Amino acid sequence: MSALQNMVGWIDDRFPMTKVWNEHLAQYYAPKNFNFWYFFGSLAMLVLVIQIVTGLWLAMMYKPDADLAFGSVEYIMRDVDWGWLIRYMHSTGASAFFIVVYLHMFRGLMYGSYRKPRELLWVIGMIIYVAMMATAFMGYLLPWGQMSLWGAAVIVNLFQAIPIVGEDLAVWIRGDYVISDVTLNRFFALHFLLPFILAALVFIHIVALHKVGSNNPDGIEIKKGPKGNRWSDTAPADGIPFHPYYSVKDIAGIVVFLMFFAGIMFFAPEGGGYFLEAPNFEPANPLKTPEHIAPVWYFTPFYAILRAVPSFAGTQVWGVIAMGAAIVVLFLLPWLDRSPVKSIRYKGGLYKGFLAMFVIAFIVLGWLGTQPATELYTLFAQIATTLYFAFFILMPWFSKADKTKPVPERVTK
Amino acid sequence: MKKLLIAILALASSSVFAGGGGNVHLDHADVDISDQASLQRGANYFVNYCLNCHSMKYERWQRMQEFGIPEDLLKQHLMPSNAKPGDLMTTAMKTEDAANWFGAPPPDLTLESRLRGDDWIYTYLRSFYIDESRPFGVNNIVFDKVGMPHVLWELQGMQKAVFEEHTDESGHESHIFKGFEMVKPGKLTAEQYDQMALDLTNFLSYMGDPSKLKRHALGIKVLLFLLIFFIFAYLLKKEYWKDVH
Repeated sequence: MSALQNMVGWIDDRFPMTKVWNEHLAQYYAPKNFNFWYFFGSLAMLVLVIQIVTGLWLAMMYKPDADLAFGSVEYIMRDVDWGWLIRYMHSTGASAFFIVVYLHMFRGLMYGSYRKPRELLWVIGMIIYVAMMATAFMGYLLPWGQMSLWGAAVIVNLFQAIPIVGEDLAVWIRGDYVISDVTLNRFFALHFLLPFILAALVFIHIVALHKVGSNNPDGIEIKKGPKGNRWSDTAPADGIPFHPYYSVKDIAGIVVFLMFFAGIMFFAPEGGGYFLEAPNFEPANPLKTPEHIAPVWYFTPFYAILRAVPSFAGTQVWGVIAMGAAIVVLFLLPWLDRSPVKSIRYKGGLYKGFLAMFVIAFIVLGWLGTQPATELYTLFAQIATTLYFAFFILMPWFSKADKTKPVPERVTK
Repeated sequence: MKKLLIAILALASSSVFAGGGGNVHLDHADVDISDQASLQRGANYFVNYCLNCHSMKYERWQRMQEFGIPEDLLKQHLMPSNAKPGDLMTTAMKTEDAANWFGAPPPDLTLESRLRGDDWIYTYLRSFYIDESRPFGVNNIVFDKVGMPHVLWELQGMQKAVFEEHTDESGHESHIFKGFEMVKPGKLTAEQYDQMALDLTNFLSYMGDPSKLKRHALGIKVLLFLLIFFIFAYLLKKEYWKDVH
């Protein structure tokens, strides 16, 4: 035995290193028919790592103080060696994270990856999404620009609409009666903490995934199919080891992703005014309300839903409820879909039509959320909100009424 | 492919700014931050005409060395005698005084080009017009009721704005801006003044994000590296996947 094998054996007697490697990589059998949409899970992990690493370095130079925060970001951009690169990586990464996760979630919608036995996997994923939104929201306050301050003010004010406890809750979140230095300080602390909770949730997400096995574009359970492949007699015939097959495939996907990422980071870090918003280049000023306040693009679909619901009975809480419901309803997805098939490939026109409608409604809401709420836009937002919820409310019906195609025994190319 | 990508991204970044004054038409500023002569002229104008009231407090004097102003000339001509090249470009004017004199303290200009956009700055500098109702006798087309006097009037001259009166069906009156008419010519011709405004805009654009030139140069190299990396990554994938049917 070589020295290396000796060492591995020594560790394996004390820690299941080889066992973990095999169970999750070298002998984890994933369906062999993953397509383009299956890159986004590993890309989301990559972006999380980028955010944690760049964030750590930013935290070494950043000052969470209402008088110093804005200047410290410019100090990073101008005086810190490679500071501009680290900062743009982090700001581009924030948007990239949501792009990648939205595509990852859409993949789940298309191929029914939330269906039994993956309900819990989906729910854990949704918890990750909510934690991501909280992290992004708190991070957005830190540059302490005008949009940081007023965006946070608008969102924290939402909690005020909650009856009875609303006022106290908002004060509890801010630590003050307005967004202030106190708020900035605690948001920094939480923005530093949450990514580690996110990493832990991602770990749980993967443990759950490896328990039930990956879904695939055909929505076929390879574990229920015939057994035996080149590597093992007991493994699913349609499975291939994650490593090296998907590890080398994901590397190619990562390089393509990094080309887009670098393209934005080096040549258009403002992302057309959506990734870094122009009003945020003015320091936060509590005495000067900007003409138009909009949250960052990844929140705008929900912001549009919030604004679409009119206040009645003297309270605006209905919009807040609708916004909350728009997220809660996503958690319920596994129990709303009653189609006999999982994948869009074998679903009929009815389901496809509704899914297309949902995607369009989501994008339209996202765009409307960036715009001032005129009468016409509010009407559009109300229509899109209705369609958004119709997708979920009518799903038990249309998923069942839909004419499905027969699902093949084995995965297809 | 890469050029196309850059072109698309550049196009996307150019539509960043919606401007600060509603729906006013903005003239296009043909900014070129690699034009060192223009940046040097812009720096000179900025220090002489702007820096007395407006600070550039997130940036240091020595930054100007990047576009070819050596330290001795910087000290001789641009920096205050008591400043060091590593000092931030602050102004001596007190905030309270400024607020008293102009209604609001003049904003810091370090990030003006990122906040309002190059086109806005270029148009703003050329859009002061006589308006006796204002404290300093001037107003601005892109920034209505601006608190700032026309500090460059000796150079540009004084112009008046021509408006067209419009009454719509509901009897609502509105002014539509038609153009400027020079009342009292300045020391510079219109072309010279436009060039000066462009130099200033160029300088502010550079100072708004001084990493830009470095970032573009590095970006090309990174993309090239990734492209070559991709070829190998793709071939490796193909090699491994040969036996998956």
